[in-house]
Amino acid sequence: MAIGSDTTLLRTPLYDRHVAARAKLVPFAGWEMPVQYAGIKEEHLAVRERAGVFDVSHMGEIETTGPQALEFLQRILSNDVSKIAENGAQYSVLCKEDGGVLDDLFTYKLAENHYLTVTNAANHAKDLAWFRKQAEAFDVQLKDALHDYAMLAVQGPQARGIVANLTEAELPKRFRTARATVAGVPDVLVCGTGYTGEDGVELLIDPLGSVKVWDALLQAGVAPIGLGARDTLRLEVCYHLYGNDLMESRGPIEAGLGWCVKEDTGFIGAEAIRVTRENGPSETLVPFVTEQGIARQGNAVIGGGEVTSGTLSPSLNQGIGMAYVPVDKAEPGTKLEIDVRGRTRAAEVRSKPLYSKET
Amino acid sequence: MAEASYPDDLKYHSEHDWARIEGDTATLGITWYAQDQLGEVVFFDPPAVGTSINKDSPYAEVESVKAVSDVVAPLSGEIIEVNEALKDSPEQINEDSYGEGWLVKIKLSDPSEGDSLMDAESYRQTLS
Repeated sequence: MAIGSDTTLLRTPLYDRHVAARAKLVPFAGWEMPVQYAGIKEEHLAVRERAGVFDVSHMGEIETTGPQALEFLQRILSNDVSKIAENGAQYSVLCKEDGGVLDDLFTYKLAENHYLTVTNAANHAKDLAWFRKQAEAFDVQLKDALHDYAMLAVQGPQARGIVANLTEAELPKRFRTARATVAGVPDVLVCGTGYTGEDGVELLIDPLGSVKVWDALLQAGVAPIGLGARDTLRLEVCYHLYGNDLMESRGPIEAGLGWCVKEDTGFIGAEAIRVTRENGPSETLVPFVTEQGIARQGNAVIGGGEVTSGTLSPSLNQGIGMAYVPVDKAEPGTKLEIDVRGRTRAAEVRSKPLYSKET
Repeated sequence: MAEASYPDDLKYHSEHDWARIEGDTATLGITWYAQDQLGEVVFFDPPAVGTSINKDSPYAEVESVKAVSDVVAPLSGEIIEVNEALKDSPEQINEDSYGEGWLVKIKLSDPSEGDSLMDAESYRQTLS
């Protein structure tokens, strides 16, 4: 991936395609990324109703190999890495000693002693340094694979069908991976994962081949989707966004991620997290809806707590968000008041997800 | 409106507002550039009729899917009417920013302030 000529922002291999599609490009975590094409609402609904493709090549990858690859990852990742089947995928958080969250990550087991971990763009350098530091005690090799892959997420009820038409291979089931030739591009890592609440796949592709895959997807009727709709889609289904809902100053228990934290594996941060789990956190992350207006990141919940994400839900046509609130306010149905730039807005705690197909 | 436009009969403020001055009243709104930068407007929070607004100071908020922005007053005066229709269809700010997407009407407290605003050509040059 080339560095832009007139700025220091990185560009993905699809940059020219985004310009051609008249995307609005914005700086994001050091990258020049498409925030929208046709409009956030329209793109959002295209993913909910049909299929969309996101260029998420800004996301980083770290490859771990070697005889102690499993032991090493078990030491730093919160989930039980030994439970990942070959060609499987697993979500976990990366924690500091005090249990604070450094990043949230998907790890793919490509083969025995061979794993690929996908990082958030803004955290990639920090994660890589953390991996390297912790790896000193293990017989493993780490590779910064950021520039080895372009990444496309194809999401929506029609996504799998469309990708299936571009390959001879059988697509992997949810949380599984497969190698496939897609649109004539060999050795694409197809992952049954996503960040929208819709069915679909994520494709890790040789950067040189990614344009061909992108073009084939658009040719097949898949809509290009920007980071704006990526945020509204993930928030409707209450997926966490690092830097909003996850941060070093809070742990996974208060974030509602206890399900992917297995203290018995002895990972870094496990002891602190065990204490929080046993005693209960003082605040916890809850989804909410607002009657009127939109609460945004940083708005205070009156009486304690803070909004970490907020937007308009294009599916519900209502303000939605997530906030850390005292545990006695966490029950679904609890009325909240949020200080939205000096104005008090009524909100109500809901259960996850805020949007599902059945609603 | 997909294409940029800046009508010649309006006056422009550097914070991307327009004013249609008619005698001692003016209709205010945001420019094509402003709505394009914001993206789809989902919420407009107008001040009440009777509120005084001051040139160069924020008087309202427009909210898009991704952000909220202050609207700066291009002129000083008292609000005499707000565009109630935007409550139900804020997207008019995007679709017809100089027509159905107008925000408020004011009675000017100092009509000479209009001389400090830009014409369409000058405003267009600030954008390039």
